[in-house]
Amino acid sequence: MLSKRQNLKFIWSTVLAVLLITFFVSLFGGRYVISPYEVSGILIDGLLGEAGDGMAFSVVWNLRLPRTLLNCFVGAGLAVAGAAFQGIFRNPLVSPDVLGVSSGAAFGAAFGILLSGIDHLATVMALLFGIVSVFMTYTLSKLRGESSTLSLVLSGMIISAVFSALISLIKYVADPYDKLPAITYWLMGSFASASYSNLQLVGVPIFLGTIVLLLLRWRINILSLGDEDAYSLGVNPVKTRRVIIIMATLITASCVTVTGVIGWVGLVIPHICRMLIGVDHMNLLPVSCVVGAAFMIIVDLIARTVTAAEIPIGILTALVGAPFFALLFKRAKGDWQ
Amino acid sequence: MTVEVKHGYFGYTKNNEILRDISFVLGEKEIMTILGPNGIGKTTLLKCMTGILQWTRGQTLINGTPMGTSWEAQKQYPVGYVPQAHSLSFPYTVREVVTMGRARHIGVCSVPSKRDKEAVERAMDQVGIGAIRDKECTQLSGGQLQLVFIARALAGEPKVLVLDEPESHLDFKNQFMMLKLIKTLVKEHDISCIMNTHYPEHALRLSDTTLLLGKNSYLFGRTQEIINEQRVKEYFDIEAKILSVPHKDETIKAFVVLGGLDENL
Repeated sequence: MLSKRQNLKFIWSTVLAVLLITFFVSLFGGRYVISPYEVSGILIDGLLGEAGDGMAFSVVWNLRLPRTLLNCFVGAGLAVAGAAFQGIFRNPLVSPDVLGVSSGAAFGAAFGILLSGIDHLATVMALLFGIVSVFMTYTLSKLRGESSTLSLVLSGMIISAVFSALISLIKYVADPYDKLPAITYWLMGSFASASYSNLQLVGVPIFLGTIVLLLLRWRINILSLGDEDAYSLGVNPVKTRRVIIIMATLITASCVTVTGVIGWVGLVIPHICRMLIGVDHMNLLPVSCVVGAAFMIIVDLIARTVTAAEIPIGILTALVGAPFFALLFKRAKGDWQ
Repeated sequence: MTVEVKHGYFGYTKNNEILRDISFVLGEKEIMTILGPNGIGKTTLLKCMTGILQWTRGQTLINGTPMGTSWEAQKQYPVGYVPQAHSLSFPYTVREVVTMGRARHIGVCSVPSKRDKEAVERAMDQVGIGAIRDKECTQLSGGQLQLVFIARALAGEPKVLVLDEPESHLDFKNQFMMLKLIKTLVKEHDISCIMNTHYPEHALRLSDTTLLLGKNSYLFGRTQEIINEQRVKEYFDIEAKILSVPHKDETIKAFVVLGGLDENL
């Protein structure tokens, strides 16, 4: 039996090694096979600023590298946002999706695409509606005079339903030859549009949100006790919770904006990490980041390699995530309230 | 450290005050008990006193200065509040829960330091839960969980410990251990203590002062003067006798319920 500290070290080195390996594999793996040796050469060339020539350099440096980096950002962001949400809402079953942020952000993005195509407007709208939807969910659950798990989940369902209907409305009025396919494909989620400019667009908000959540990670423990306990421990939970909701929403909305709706990551990854490293958010949040990033790289690698045409990643995360969650559900000890 | 409540009023709704004009003083290293029937506002009184709820009128003074809102005041005047043991949303380990008691000493963006960890170990040893420090709280018995909550409050290094029915839901032996623990903490660690209880016996055995809370009135004073057969009749509607049982070189007061005043009982 390892001591707790050794155990932590072991888990950390394992997950970091897995992330590094998957990162590297995703650079040479794919329909266009490039040897690991060649990839190393290309990476060194690229880092030295020497634009290499030929297909291989272009594939690795201009397609796979930005895409893998985007995988990392989105996977880490969704996982850490999910872990933070589960903590502050005191419920291991909430995820960014459950509170309606995804459908809100998806509606915003679809509306933006309808108005002017995929550009900054869509990003801003996605972000805005993501925040609005979570705010609405939270307010609605408070109307019952208590913020119980049940009322939160129900409120999220209501808000999600409203925005889903609005998305359908937008699809209905969208130009069926041009805008409709763009919106539909976008909603299923894909990293195909990954580029350095995309990465710049969402990298900053995801990075910022993740850093803030990581800084607040121990405080999330206190918030997970409920308001009364927090006050009695000398902590005012209201402001911190607001910051966390805003940051998690910022992350989720940014992810949705550039990759479409990718469900299940924010729900399943924190659960895997709890089994790995325990429920203390001090360790849970950083580990969720790393595991989320690795998971997203692997799933995206599957999405772009198994068939000639790319599989939308939202479909894959649900296909992998849902059965996995069922397995967890079966194995979990009796503390799911 | 002394705690004083001056003319405290509180109601959850505007026209329905459940606490009216409450005043009392808790001296240094004293134990005070609050007795009263169910639903009379004992827990509310504790919450108002510690600032978890705000008095609608009146105030809590600590060493003579008004306390203000709790979370700011608590940084200066650490008051350790121990709620009735309740289940947690996540299966935290005992050590993790006790560490949360350090919250007021740890910045918003910080994690527990070495000094915090030392205080946590000390608190766990004080209540004697060192052996279960790595266990998950969901696996503990009610008595153990209550001890974890006390350790959590102690980890914040409070000068006043406020406990909400710490011995409820415990069996005889654990009730006795709990009372002994509270007595030891007060004696050895230079803190004072206020607790709610349903047992007049415990009040008689443990406390220096008692606040007897009734529907429209309350009484506050030295425990031995406050708790007598007449008052119990008045506040609890019950006929009871208080007996003296000699044991070794002390006399232990026993409380026997004889019957109800209400004829239907």
